Amino acid sequence: MALSRLSSRSNTFLKPAITALPSSIRRHVSTDSSPITIETAVPFTSHLCESPSRSVETSSEEILAFFRDMARMRRMEIAADSLYKAKLIRGFCHLYDGQEALAVGMEAAITKKDAIITSYRDHCTFIGRGGKLVDAFSELMGRKTGCSHGKGGSMHFYKKDASFYGGHGIVGAQIPLGCGLAFAQKYNKDEAVTFALYGDGAANQGQLFEALNISALWDLPAILVCENNHYGMGTATWRSAKSPAYFKRGDYVPGLKVDGMDALAVKQACKFAKEHALKNGPIILEMDTYRYHGHSMSDPGSTYRTRDEISGVRQVRDPIERVRKLLLTHDIATEKELKDMEKEIRKEVDDAVAQAKESPIPDASELFTNMYVKDCGVESFGADRKELKVTLP
Amino acid sequence: MAALLGRSCRKLSFPSLSHGARRVSTETGKPLNLYSAINQALHIALDTDPRSYVFGEDVGFGGVFRCTTGLAERFGKNRVFNTPLCEQGIVGFGIGLAAMGNRAIVEIQFADYIYPAFDQIVNEAAKFRYRSGNQFNCGGLTIRAPYGAVGHGGHYHSQSPEAFFCHVPGIKVVIPRSPREAKGLLLSCIRDPNPVVFFEPKWLYRQAVEEVPEHDYMIPLSEAEVIREGNDITLVGWGAQLTVMEQACLDAEKEGISCELIDLKTLLPWDKETVEASVKKTGRLLISHEAPVTGGFGAEISATILERCFLKLEAPVSRVCGLDTPFPLVFEPFYMPTKNKILDAIKSTVNY
Repeated sequence: MALSRLSSRSNTFLKPAITALPSSIRRHVSTDSSPITIETAVPFTSHLCESPSRSVETSSEEILAFFRDMARMRRMEIAADSLYKAKLIRGFCHLYDGQEALAVGMEAAITKKDAIITSYRDHCTFIGRGGKLVDAFSELMGRKTGCSHGKGGSMHFYKKDASFYGGHGIVGAQIPLGCGLAFAQKYNKDEAVTFALYGDGAANQGQLFEALNISALWDLPAILVCENNHYGMGTATWRSAKSPAYFKRGDYVPGLKVDGMDALAVKQACKFAKEHALKNGPIILEMDTYRYHGHSMSDPGSTYRTRDEISGVRQVRDPIERVRKLLLTHDIATEKELKDMEKEIRKEVDDAVAQAKESPIPDASELFTNMYVKDCGVESFGADRKELKVTLP
Repeated sequence: MAALLGRSCRKLSFPSLSHGARRVSTETGKPLNLYSAINQALHIALDTDPRSYVFGEDVGFGGVFRCTTGLAERFGKNRVFNTPLCEQGIVGFGIGLAAMGNRAIVEIQFADYIYPAFDQIVNEAAKFRYRSGNQFNCGGLTIRAPYGAVGHGGHYHSQSPEAFFCHVPGIKVVIPRSPREAKGLLLSCIRDPNPVVFFEPKWLYRQAVEEVPEHDYMIPLSEAEVIREGNDITLVGWGAQLTVMEQACLDAEKEGISCELIDLKTLLPWDKETVEASVKKTGRLLISHEAPVTGGFGAEISATILERCFLKLEAPVSRVCGLDTPFPLVFEPFYMPTKNKILDAIKSTVNY
């Protein structure tokens, strides 16, 4: 097996002559889990710790899975965009396209016992944790079969059996929660860690530093991941942060800066972080990433950044294209196979959307359920305290 | 006239309220929507006092609701500036600025996000004058936040937190119902020598259009207004809810019920006398607000009116409010105190 040093940033890729060979000589893609080592394009930068090695252990199976999962996430976000414009999704919708490498890279390094908690940009994180497309679309459209039974919406996806503690609306509020999860994991000797994700905007919230101090004091297995997509809604990082080196802001807490558009780099960093957190306590990971859409569907995304910048990133750093090049240069799959895979995924997503459209909206009585624990006997009053009185289920 | 604020004087001086007693309601002006009216008020405030500042998240380019458009260009980045994403820090910073004799006009992007700043407002802003024996105060502080349902806001873009703040002696809480009111009330709040929380009904930012006089005018605080006269029942509300209540009043009139509608405008301290006089006339009271009914500000109004008008009441005080649930996503139409719920309550109160 040839090891190739890849510069995944370059636009040229070597078209192997191998495509001409008969299929019996070519590797069979999906079942090959023999190890390949790939070098990350961008080195890690560290603060108060050693950088992990740039050589990432992976396999053809894994890289192909990255491609498939990221393509699925990308298609899902684009479908969500159309559904929102068709007014089938109401409220707020924050899309993750461009940042998919983070979700898949992280999953590759951890287990479902490790917890993830994130902000409102949570659709792909949910899928990464094993969530089904139809559950995601149902929740987006507020249907009963959604992952939060239609009561949460876009910003509040959860998946208990995969330790996904969800999407949160208030910026930065999920960080202390994440540190609390880490405390529980340490207390229960779970040998698991918690990844608390937040953005560059949330990095200026006071509660982050409070939680970080406590985590460091008590050596909690908490990994704080700053998804630095360079814009907090419309504000660029240089306009909101005195020190935009978010991985260093922990001061006494070690940090690592990672190329968040490279799924393999993300995997390596998360693996490193998990080992570190279990032994030494909290660590901050700053993922240098980018979102193609605006902050939410109400934001065109082009008033605070140029279209050239967006298309530039798409051309040079797109996570799916990187993995596609890897697959082609390592001859793990042909272009046609990848295109077919994308077509299949497109159909998968369309089917999920169609299925979700058919599901019913929750019953009106659900308005009162799950406020308190069941059978708490609490009364809730309707518009006029005399007419509508409900004992909460 | 009020070169209002002595520019040479270090202390903030405030114009007398007779200024606001001018009958603004009959003046004509340009038709403006709510965010434009607020924008005009802010332009005037910054123009008339060189020591006033507007800051908050994203206000530099005009804000997410365009209320601060043109301010940074006209008054400079030193007076109109963006802050990082930290509400507690923003309000605390504003209190400090106000304590040095400046007018700090803080914007909290959505009222739903005001809670990190709650400690600063309740424990610092409200008590500053009191605990320092009047040596210091942060009267120049005005906090503006869009509140209320918008049709698809969900849990965190639709809340009405006014009741939490009405429970805090030391601050004022003001909610306008329309563009003309908003401009006058906002200028009064900014110039009021006490810290004020000003909630703007976001649903009306574009929806409500009204003739707004172009000059500088103020509408007095703590004065409720009877916007519709009637004899059978008194309805009290504020903000966007008044439009819904007005619809209910029109429908009730078709059924022969004459409704008196009062806009409270200032919730803390509220104009008890106007409401009392009205209820003594009609004998019935109905209060409506979007916030959940239990512990909502309607409870305070109800209890006070009961004390003052017990023998004149013909029926129990009715509260038509949001349900006791978190502000829901898909269930918003069930949660809201709609016109029909109000109409039902009017009828059952009148027929008690």
